[in-house]
Amino acid sequence: MTPLPITHATLTTALGAGLQAHREAVAAGRSGLRPCRFEDVELPGWIGVVDALDRPGEAALPPALARHDCRNHRLAWLGLHQDGFAEAVAAARARWGAGRVAVLLGTSTSGILQTEHAYRRRGPDGALPADFRYAETHNTFSLAGFVREALGLDGPAWVVSTACSSSAKVFADAARLIEAGWVDAAVVGGVDSLCLTTLYGFQSLELFSPEICRPWDTGRRGLSLGEAAAFALLEREAGPGLAPAGQLLGTGESNDGHHMSSPHPQGRGAIAAMRQALAAAGLAPEAIDHINLHGTATPNNDASEDRAVFAVFGDRVPASSTKGATGHTLGAAGGVEAVLCLLALQDGLMPGGLNLRERDPALRIDYLAENRAAPLRRVLSNSFGFGGSNASLILGR
Amino acid sequence: MMTTTVTGATIRADLLGLGLIGPGLPSWDAAQAVLRGEAAADTAERTVVPAPMRLPPAERRRAGAAIRIALAAAEAACAHAEADPATLATVFTSSSGDGANCHALCETLAAEDPAARLVSPTRFTNSVHNAASGYWHIAVGSPEASTSLCGFDGSFAAGLVAALTQLRPDAAPVLLVASDTPYPEPLHATRPLPDTMGVALLLAPAGPGEARCWLGAALLPAERAGAPTRCRDAGLEALRQAIPAAQALPLLEALARRLPAVVVLPVSPAQSLRLVLEFPA
Repeated sequence: MTPLPITHATLTTALGAGLQAHREAVAAGRSGLRPCRFEDVELPGWIGVVDALDRPGEAALPPALARHDCRNHRLAWLGLHQDGFAEAVAAARARWGAGRVAVLLGTSTSGILQTEHAYRRRGPDGALPADFRYAETHNTFSLAGFVREALGLDGPAWVVSTACSSSAKVFADAARLIEAGWVDAAVVGGVDSLCLTTLYGFQSLELFSPEICRPWDTGRRGLSLGEAAAFALLEREAGPGLAPAGQLLGTGESNDGHHMSSPHPQGRGAIAAMRQALAAAGLAPEAIDHINLHGTATPNNDASEDRAVFAVFGDRVPASSTKGATGHTLGAAGGVEAVLCLLALQDGLMPGGLNLRERDPALRIDYLAENRAAPLRRVLSNSFGFGGSNASLILGR
Repeated sequence: MMTTTVTGATIRADLLGLGLIGPGLPSWDAAQAVLRGEAAADTAERTVVPAPMRLPPAERRRAGAAIRIALAAAEAACAHAEADPATLATVFTSSSGDGANCHALCETLAAEDPAARLVSPTRFTNSVHNAASGYWHIAVGSPEASTSLCGFDGSFAAGLVAALTQLRPDAAPVLLVASDTPYPEPLHATRPLPDTMGVALLLAPAGPGEARCWLGAALLPAERAGAPTRCRDAGLEALRQAIPAAQALPLLEALARRLPAVVVLPVSPAQSLRLVLEFPA
């Protein structure tokens, strides 16, 4: 594929709102995770909360958008207004036309927390309360509908919901739409917010670690959950004289066809996704300087990903998971980690994976436990999800 | 002043096969007379979804209605095209996931006592929007790319745009599967879909091989694309307006007639897909 400029990007996670908060947190090796207290949920686990969402008024939607109000869209709104992202989209809209800018976003649970609340307020006849708004909060599309309206765009819009690969795959969708000449720009990214479905759900699968998540550690016991909003603006070409935040060089997508909630043990689909991304970018494995792993810290996921990365890259490429800092942000993870890769490229700093106590000797890749400064030209980001869905992105400066 | 852009680029595709299951539309073959306007649609006749026999028994037990309709439509399109499903990429699109599963989870999570919120691991796994995709790729053993989209009422159009832009001469054909199932109450009252429906189209980049229809697709400003195509049959038109997957029906009517036609499908408030259909002799 032709390298595609990423002209602007931003992210909001438990580490803070906007790029600068993430630069500082990465440099300091700080984690945003803490023991799980969310509403009345106290589970043995760790979560990454965007605290601004729980401070009254801080991320409130304006009256014109109030009908979309739910935790997921407040998080989206907060995220859109960091780092001048909404202004950058406004400039792209003026440049290309509102109908020529797509909105392609990932989420796994959309505004389901709103529905969970509504189910506690059912009437005597069982009906949901009158203030419950299905289309604007619960429906999986509602995130893209909200963002399209908030940014005044008119182009094609959809949500990709392939669990934890969702907001990586939207980069590939956007590249295809732009390459086809059907749009000139796309707002991509992902937003997922904490809800009871995922907290209790991952606990039921025994994947929600009672300890803070420890990717690549011998004693890893599962994932920590987080919430996040990440956005990137892809344009056919950067504006004259403007340096883009980075470039999308290649994308790869595959399916395991193996199991609904466990990865293929040898990482078959992950290998295919990484090789496809390299082929699309026209690059040999040696051209990759760093890998942001999916790295959820479940025993199976890390083992499978380690085999897959080793099969493609051997132990040559320093790799790490940033989930020890942000938690696993599910449908937002691909977007969050793509933006963290852009920061790594810009700053020449590979983030060390947090919470590692004893490296699992069975895992063979070059797992990076400390920050390392190095000039980076190209990095790869992996995102793998339930349903065997795999996506790999290659990003460059 | 806007930059001059590439507009109206046409993507040419071969339609290799179709699957259809909906109210009064038991299969693509059985629906021919209705789709050609030779018989009135009886859309009050409830959709009957066949069991997903391709799934291993354990997965078959776990698969709810939303997974079953998607798999049935996918299966039908592959059979129609005599295609090996293990070789196909897929685009699944649905305006909602498994409504019954979602309802059961929300009821469990509504318990006052946190200790009573005992979520079933199978229900949680099946709650992902890409459950149908996951089950299908396991069932057929396809390693090809798969995505799962939602565009609310525009889910079919979103899926078609995603599938068409994915076609490459050197890549796998793309199986597009659009399906919807109604929610149980109380969600049904907030999203009243009348019945279950599934539509599947197997698409390949235009080539020298056999095709049932040649498609030329362009995404255009709505005013240039023309008015959205409605169904000729009143019953089907009512269905089109009631079930997101039924927005495929104007295209299916044109495909059943096998006459050169133009079908316009809204994609966004400002953009529509203009499909030009031609048929081999």
